[in-house]
Amino acid sequence: MDIFLQQIINGLVLGSVYALVALGYTMVYGIIQLINFAHGEVLMFGALTAWTVAGILQPAYPGMPDWIVLIIAAIVACTVAAALNFGIEKIAYRPLRNAPRLAPLITAIGMSLLLQTVAMIMWKPNPKAFPSLLPITPFEIGGAVISPTDLLILCLTAVLLVALMWLVNYTSLGRAMRATAENPRVAGLMGVKPDVVISATFVIGAVLAAIAGIMLAMKYGTVQHSMGFLPGLKAFTAAVFGGIGNLAGAVVGGILLGLIEALGSGYIGVLTGGVLGSHYSEIFAFIVLIVILTLRPSGLLGERVADRA
Amino acid sequence: MNARKIVFYFAIAVALIVLPMFLQVFGNAWVRIADTALLYVLLAIGLNIVVGYAGLLDLGYVAFFAVGAYLYALLASPHLSETFPVFAAMFPNGLHTPIWMVIPIAAGVAGLFGILLGAPTLKLRGDYLAIVTLGFGEIVRVFLNNLDHPVNITNGPKGLSQIDPLSFFGVSLGKPFSFGGYQISSVMMYYYLFLVCVLVSIVISHRLAESRVGRAWMAIREDEIAAKAMGINTRNLKLLAFGVGASFGGVSGALFASFQGFVSPESFTLMESIMIVAMVVLGGLGHLPGVVLGALLLAALPEVLRYVAAPLQHLTGGRLDASILRQLLIALAMIVVMLLRPRGLWPTPEHGKSLQTNT
Repeated sequence: MDIFLQQIINGLVLGSVYALVALGYTMVYGIIQLINFAHGEVLMFGALTAWTVAGILQPAYPGMPDWIVLIIAAIVACTVAAALNFGIEKIAYRPLRNAPRLAPLITAIGMSLLLQTVAMIMWKPNPKAFPSLLPITPFEIGGAVISPTDLLILCLTAVLLVALMWLVNYTSLGRAMRATAENPRVAGLMGVKPDVVISATFVIGAVLAAIAGIMLAMKYGTVQHSMGFLPGLKAFTAAVFGGIGNLAGAVVGGILLGLIEALGSGYIGVLTGGVLGSHYSEIFAFIVLIVILTLRPSGLLGERVADRA
Repeated sequence: MNARKIVFYFAIAVALIVLPMFLQVFGNAWVRIADTALLYVLLAIGLNIVVGYAGLLDLGYVAFFAVGAYLYALLASPHLSETFPVFAAMFPNGLHTPIWMVIPIAAGVAGLFGILLGAPTLKLRGDYLAIVTLGFGEIVRVFLNNLDHPVNITNGPKGLSQIDPLSFFGVSLGKPFSFGGYQISSVMMYYYLFLVCVLVSIVISHRLAESRVGRAWMAIREDEIAAKAMGINTRNLKLLAFGVGASFGGVSGALFASFQGFVSPESFTLMESIMIVAMVVLGGLGHLPGVVLGALLLAALPEVLRYVAAPLQHLTGGRLDASILRQLLIALAMIVVMLLRPRGLWPTPEHGKSLQTNT
């Protein structure tokens, strides 16, 4: 039972990171129907920037408490990531707004590759140890343990989700976003500037991704140029799982996917008598994706939209 | 066909035949580059059927390449006999399946895989399809990586080695062939083999595009609902597109395995799938000359760069080595070409709705 509880906690933590990243995908997809393949790389840039900032601050001000270092690093990382995603949209996606459907997808893949390569050049390809900026003594809950980092991830995700829901549902920017998602041209006629809204969406998505990146870095203790790819892919799966374009769906999908992965990799060995090991855990996300899309192509919470010819 | 055209084609044919001899002067490595480029052309032609003709974006195409490669590797290497006593008993001289059997089997098995993987994705459109096929590609790779236990089939990350080179009528392509005092090196023979394969594929692909099936594929690409209304069996035709495209991949995989003599999951990463898609899209979706051009450019240029990268690496203190430079250039090419020419470098002259605008 302890193992079960532990896997649930792991799943929730992992799932909330996926959820944060998935929100970025789903918001962008909802507005311009594009898979922002470079989203995972934005996450990676956020994490690597935070690593650099922490690496500069800690020796320069040895007396500074770790949590202040963390906050400063996070702010810098979010700014860099936001600027980066803003630039990506401006350079690679905006000129192709009316191009053939595959064109922006290819530039997106190209961007993802470009950012990985640039990161490899800037930060060298080797994995780097991310400093532990929070206390590491874990708390114990009913036989399972949860580290302060995990606890922070859970709480911060909840706060960010509430903030995002408020932004989308109760502010004028949120209303403009929803209007643009519905129909950019009509929204434009109503005085919304679709380009501004789209840029804002990319910036918000980037901030969430950067925070998720720092969380992943703190959880696993390493940062690397390739760290964004798999979380990005899984988060996209989560977004599709929940119904792409649907914010609540992204959160539900992310958390469910995290749980499935944690429980799956925890129990697959036992269930199959050791034939399949936990190194198959990487493909759970894809199997879930395929099953979901076959049974319910619009995702768990997605509405069925008629084919627009 | 007028005289000028005949001269033109004749010149191209002569150039293609002479090219490896010319490259040979600079060393075998350059002929190898030409060989690899031709293999990529083959893959791009295959993927073009799925993406270019039928409009189904497949980001896991390398999976079929892997299926073909592993199939040949298993059928023509000592691995199976060494691992399973049954095989050793059945084939006391070791398993050496001839090419005439392997190519149809590879085409068939990969095609079957294509249909199997295509079936659950029939209802999906566009980006969803892309991500699911990407998932399939990764699943295949993870399995190749992990199927070394409990039963050792793929030998895991170590891969399979000692694969037989192809042989025709007792002539092995693995060692140089003497022909009236003139030596033809192994890589050069592979060059001609691949060249023939590419030409055959171009003919097949071209004939397919002009056929009833090809027109049906393009109708599906342009507008699936309208195609359905016109009485096209979209389900079967989409499956057929997946199957045919995959069998091209399977055959190229078998050729690749024999050419390299070694296969491992390393060769079948997502990056390869993306490269092949990039070749097709950069060249010009659905347009054979464009696809061939795209494949040649993306496959050959970075390889050539490898040789000029050494001084650059020196200049940047080792940060910018050949493989990084290659990736950088591919990424930049993908972005810049798409921004300047969203329909590819050499697009189809025909009009096509879905290829033109989004709305």
